[in-house]
Amino acid sequence: MHIDLLEKRWLYVALGMILLFLGAIFYTAWVHNVHPPGHAETIDSASLHLSEEFAEDKLGVQAEPLANGSVQVRLVAGRYGFYPREIEIPAGRTIVFRLASMDVLHGAHIPMTNMGTMIVPGFVSEVTTVFPKPGEYPLLCNEYCGFGHDHMWSKVTVIAPENWHAPTKGGQQP
Amino acid sequence: MIDATSRKLTLFNFWVAFGAFGLASVFGLYQVLERSGFIPALQSPAVYFASVSTHGVLMAFVLTTFFIMGFGYYTLASSLKVPIWNPLLAWAGYGVCLGGTVLAAIPLLLGKASVLYTFYPPIQASALFYIGATLLVVGSWFWAAIVIVMYVEWKKAHPGEPVPLPAFATAANAFLWLWTSAGVALEAVFQLLPWSLGLVDTIDVGLARTLFSWTLHPIVYFWLIPAYIVLYGFVPQAAGGKLFSDELARLAFLLILLFGLPIGFHHLYMDPEQAHGWKFIHMVGTFAVAIPTLLTGFTVIASLEGAGRKRGGQGLFGWIGALPWKDPTVLAAILSLLMLVLGGFGGLVNASYAMNAMIHNTAWVPGHFHLIFAGTVVILYLAVAYRLWPRLVGKALVSKELALVQLWSWFIGLGILTTPWHVLGLLGQPRRISSVNYNSVLTLAWDPYELAMILGGLVLTASAGLFVYILYKTQTAGEAEQPVEENWAVAIRPATALPEWLNSFGVWNKVIAGLMALSYGYPIIQFFVLKTYDPTAWGY
Repeated sequence: MHIDLLEKRWLYVALGMILLFLGAIFYTAWVHNVHPPGHAETIDSASLHLSEEFAEDKLGVQAEPLANGSVQVRLVAGRYGFYPREIEIPAGRTIVFRLASMDVLHGAHIPMTNMGTMIVPGFVSEVTTVFPKPGEYPLLCNEYCGFGHDHMWSKVTVIAPENWHAPTKGGQQP
Repeated sequence: MIDATSRKLTLFNFWVAFGAFGLASVFGLYQVLERSGFIPALQSPAVYFASVSTHGVLMAFVLTTFFIMGFGYYTLASSLKVPIWNPLLAWAGYGVCLGGTVLAAIPLLLGKASVLYTFYPPIQASALFYIGATLLVVGSWFWAAIVIVMYVEWKKAHPGEPVPLPAFATAANAFLWLWTSAGVALEAVFQLLPWSLGLVDTIDVGLARTLFSWTLHPIVYFWLIPAYIVLYGFVPQAAGGKLFSDELARLAFLLILLFGLPIGFHHLYMDPEQAHGWKFIHMVGTFAVAIPTLLTGFTVIASLEGAGRKRGGQGLFGWIGALPWKDPTVLAAILSLLMLVLGGFGGLVNASYAMNAMIHNTAWVPGHFHLIFAGTVVILYLAVAYRLWPRLVGKALVSKELALVQLWSWFIGLGILTTPWHVLGLLGQPRRISSVNYNSVLTLAWDPYELAMILGGLVLTASAGLFVYILYKTQTAGEAEQPVEENWAVAIRPATALPEWLNSFGVWNKVIAGLMALSYGYPIIQFFVLKTYDPTAWGY
């Protein structure tokens, strides 16, 4: 097989570029632990209302922080909203979202942040993130879920940590 | 000139392909208008999602499959210089594909299959839609079988000789397609069909998404390989030069086949049903598949540079101006490469494991794939039509100037359409919405870009209309001329003796089988090991 000198040089450049990109991703993933969501946890979508975790009175921002100090938020996605429809969370603290669908495919995304996940019936989606800036954010459904899809969104208010108080019990809305 | 049967097969496939293309473009224009919300009378989620589903199926499945079949027959007949093996089988495959397309079109147009071209269970479409889509795939397997038989027979008749590059690449695509389509075929036969026919009540959505991801990415290479055949096979000769390297071109096609198949999980980065370790493995493969594209970019640009210098171009960039910009094939290739660079950049962001979260399912994504698909790939399909129509019907192209206007307007239209999409994606606009109803100040920032999108849609639809008009006029009113022989590009150093691994697929298919088992084995088995809960069907 004949490879021209120029081709050889370009091959090195191309390989170098790919290795550079992959190196950056290896570093963020395995040193800083930045991964996309996904841990293959199953749940029966048809009986969320009876489940330990996603029954109506268990939803929303959880009263107790997790062992590592993160704030946990449980949401049910269903046509056409994320329930509860409004939540308040603190800025600057690790937030763990756990979401489940009660009907079809949905997606959750808070624009201009990395809070995003698909919500697949039969599975629990978990996303961990931090919101550095206080403000009002929309939480949009970003996967086609039916003719009302355009209307599927909820409100997330991120408030300064000193003004934020954990709710006293589950299922509370602000 | 190739034989009459091969010409007829190519032409019949092209008619369906480009008919679907013209029709789908009109749906696209409606979508940008409806979505903007500027014309309240147009607002209708039901019509919008039926339209998006039809546009997607026509462009991604019908245009591509029929074009690739027609072009494949032409490529084999003209580069191997033999008639199509078993034309009856080829016509049968054509009939199955066409029948499937019609069956799928009925529910699509009636709004009974608004599940988008990615199917999205547990939202359920009419069973007719899944049957039609399955037949379209099954019919294309007839084509793949014919290509592989012709490749094998030629090799047998010419022991030790390198298979001509265009035929070798077409055979690579046939193998790729058989591997690729297996995923969606499994989903259709074992999940979608029994479920939509009411034989079973529930569907495992996680499994369905995993199987679809198997098909969803490599199908892109099925569409792309014919475009690369144009870049390697037609462009150097059309520019007045030679192909820089024949051997590296073969390597590029083989690497696409090898790396392109086991990487579908990058469509599942944000999904909960697969663990992130598997996503990471597919991510590495996703970056590896950039290598054959980088190789192709180099070889094609080097070939163009050679042609430009031969035509008197001097200096670092002088050869670019010396290229025959008024040749439709060369112009399309240059524009295609430009859009590949832009679209490829967007693709790197999508492929980036965690960064993808920022733009997943936002308008960024259609921005990216319209640049790659409508830009890089389809513009070369259009160039093929301009080049082949005279060779197929024996009539001169009705106007070369109009063809150039059409190609330029396609490029400009895509620029106007996809730039706002990329911006909207960064501003968080979801991709599959029919209107903006969020009561948030954020959406005010979206409006100006919606306006630009409409302009892009208008330019593109006019351009698509012009394309169909040029072909129609050429066929009906073009001046009769003697069809010319196809002259495939010649390499500077033609391949005379090749190592067997550069001239056959035996070893490669085995390696691919291993890679596929590695990257999809457990992720599929897990749905049979884990206790999963399947949802029932939902309407929309």
